[in-house]
Amino acid sequence: MFYRTSGQFKTTYESDQALFPIKQDMILLVVILAAMYVIFPMFASEFTYKALLVPVLIYSLASLGLNILTGYAGQLSLGTAGFMGVGAYACYKITTIFPEMNIVIALFLSGFFSAAVGVAFGLPSLRIKGFYLAIATLASQFFLVWLFEKWAWLYNYNASGAIEVRTMDIFGLVVTGPTASPVVQYYFVLGIVSVVTFAMINLTRGRYGRTWKAVRDMDIAAELVGINLMRAKLSAFAVSSYIVGIAGAMMVFFWKGAAEPNLFDIPMSFQIVFIAIIGGLGSVMGNFLGAILIVALPVVLNLLPELLGLSIGSATMEHVNVMVIGSLIIMFLIVEPHGLARFWALIREKLIIWPFPH
Amino acid sequence: METLYTVLIDPFVQMFAMPDFFLQVLWEGLVSGVLYSLIALGFVLIFKSSRIFNFAQGIMVVFAALSLVGLHSFLVPYVGNQFVAAAIAMPLTLGIMYALAMGVERMVLRPLVGQPDIILFMATIGITMFLIGFGEFVFGGENKVMITEALGIPTGAIEFTPFDGFLLLEEKDVFAVVMAIVLVVSLLVFLNKSAMGRAIRALGDDHTAALSVGISLSTIWVLVWFIAGVIALATGIVWGARAGVSFALEVIAYKALPVLMLGGLESVSGAIIGGIAIGLLEKIFEIYWGQPLFGGNTETWFAFIFALIVLLFRPQGLFGEKIIERV
Repeated sequence: MFYRTSGQFKTTYESDQALFPIKQDMILLVVILAAMYVIFPMFASEFTYKALLVPVLIYSLASLGLNILTGYAGQLSLGTAGFMGVGAYACYKITTIFPEMNIVIALFLSGFFSAAVGVAFGLPSLRIKGFYLAIATLASQFFLVWLFEKWAWLYNYNASGAIEVRTMDIFGLVVTGPTASPVVQYYFVLGIVSVVTFAMINLTRGRYGRTWKAVRDMDIAAELVGINLMRAKLSAFAVSSYIVGIAGAMMVFFWKGAAEPNLFDIPMSFQIVFIAIIGGLGSVMGNFLGAILIVALPVVLNLLPELLGLSIGSATMEHVNVMVIGSLIIMFLIVEPHGLARFWALIREKLIIWPFPH
Repeated sequence: METLYTVLIDPFVQMFAMPDFFLQVLWEGLVSGVLYSLIALGFVLIFKSSRIFNFAQGIMVVFAALSLVGLHSFLVPYVGNQFVAAAIAMPLTLGIMYALAMGVERMVLRPLVGQPDIILFMATIGITMFLIGFGEFVFGGENKVMITEALGIPTGAIEFTPFDGFLLLEEKDVFAVVMAIVLVVSLLVFLNKSAMGRAIRALGDDHTAALSVGISLSTIWVLVWFIAGVIALATGIVWGARAGVSFALEVIAYKALPVLMLGGLESVSGAIIGGIAIGLLEKIFEIYWGQPLFGGNTETWFAFIFALIVLLFRPQGLFGEKIIERV
């Protein structure tokens, strides 16, 4: 009814390939952005920022990075958290070496470090494929976490072995450190995530995105039609690790405030893989849907017994949570293996022809 | 020059200077290598028969060991004798592993037949999370002691004095190695001689062809997951005897992954040889290179990097099936 495409004619190929082929999509996006920028901050409490909004955004970004690699270029990676760590530690070192530098610039610079590390660990992908590559990426995961622990220079020879974010401000506005207000941090994260997401939507629609998809669908065939496999795979690793690195830096600087090496251990890698898969591989929007589900679900599950007036020990609750999440993941995979993004695509198709069945 | 000396010469000098210590290191490496092989074997069996990369193998080890210990401590007050309790707990645990295999087949694998590999892989991670939650919920998260005595596992130590030195072999390690050998041999006999074993291998070669000659997919899958469960129980017992039973055991599952890379995902002999090779090399590297040069704890990544380097020369692992690609 309100999602009808009749009357919207495409007269050129360009308009057919446009970012918003249907007008309603654009309206929907404006509504979502307005909700994110204006309506949420009006109602959100400090807890909501710290436990829901900021984590969802950061995890979405990390998952977007992974999705570039796994969903678009078809290279399964289980080492995402390690690259997030590289981004976080690089940003930390940059801000200690250049204390005057604007945090946003430092953030975007630190992405280049994780991109370089990502390319280095992506080199085996030229020889190794499938699950062998997935295990090979675990090598980066274990090696990097070990490096964060042993290389004392990385954490400025702190006795605790952890990195702690000092208070930093931009034009007098405190953005990091314990005194920063969650609202400011939320806007920062939201702004960066919006910019990166917009860039990625366009990148995946363009020349690089098409090359990656060709490599994903069949790399030998892609090579035969003249795609440089090395360039395609390594560029996917570079772009992916760049985004993942920024997400890692933001996680430490705008959310956690401090980080120990084991934060970037394997459970987080898997969590991000889950977000990408439940959200939908090869989709940008899926990452956000997946992050909402995977990050928000434990928070909601923790609140549930209180709302129902049950008193269950927190340890028991934790165990039940893990169980429930595990079974939900299996259930989602069975119901819709292509993820929530596909789910939305189906709903959208139905909406367009509604109320007529054909 | 100094560094070059510590990298290239010093380790070998030390190996020859203290041959008894070197033998001890080799033995420790061999024991952990045997255990890596066992876990890798569980992976390989499932991968061969169903192309599923079963990430839950590691947690199955923990779950099996926890069930055994949990049931045993539950039974002891009723029967009064710890040996009788162990004798009852053992078949009950096997029953639990069979029920688990049934449950996984019915509720996870059957609805997901024909999905891409990565979806099935994710589903096994879902199983892992479920089992972690379930195990902690039922048995509690704290550390437990493996019931070595009740199971009749020897706990003493054997001493040798080769090269005028001193070599200590723990009896439970000897037991672990012997048990692993027995398990592997019986598994190989089962796979090669019995009708069921041949069916498993047929399924591994070609799904469609196997189905068309009347091999039941679901029966074989339950069987394979059950065998993986038995292997998990055996691994859990011997590893639990060495390091206690806790969810930290799950980490050893990650150790089996480079073994798989090295040996090849489909090869039973690859899993065994790869496991022992990685166990030995990582111990030697840690003692002679890792601790003096890198500040230790290199065991977390050495196996991965080593397997990665080998893979660069043989992309399908040492014993994996040759990958033939066509457009």
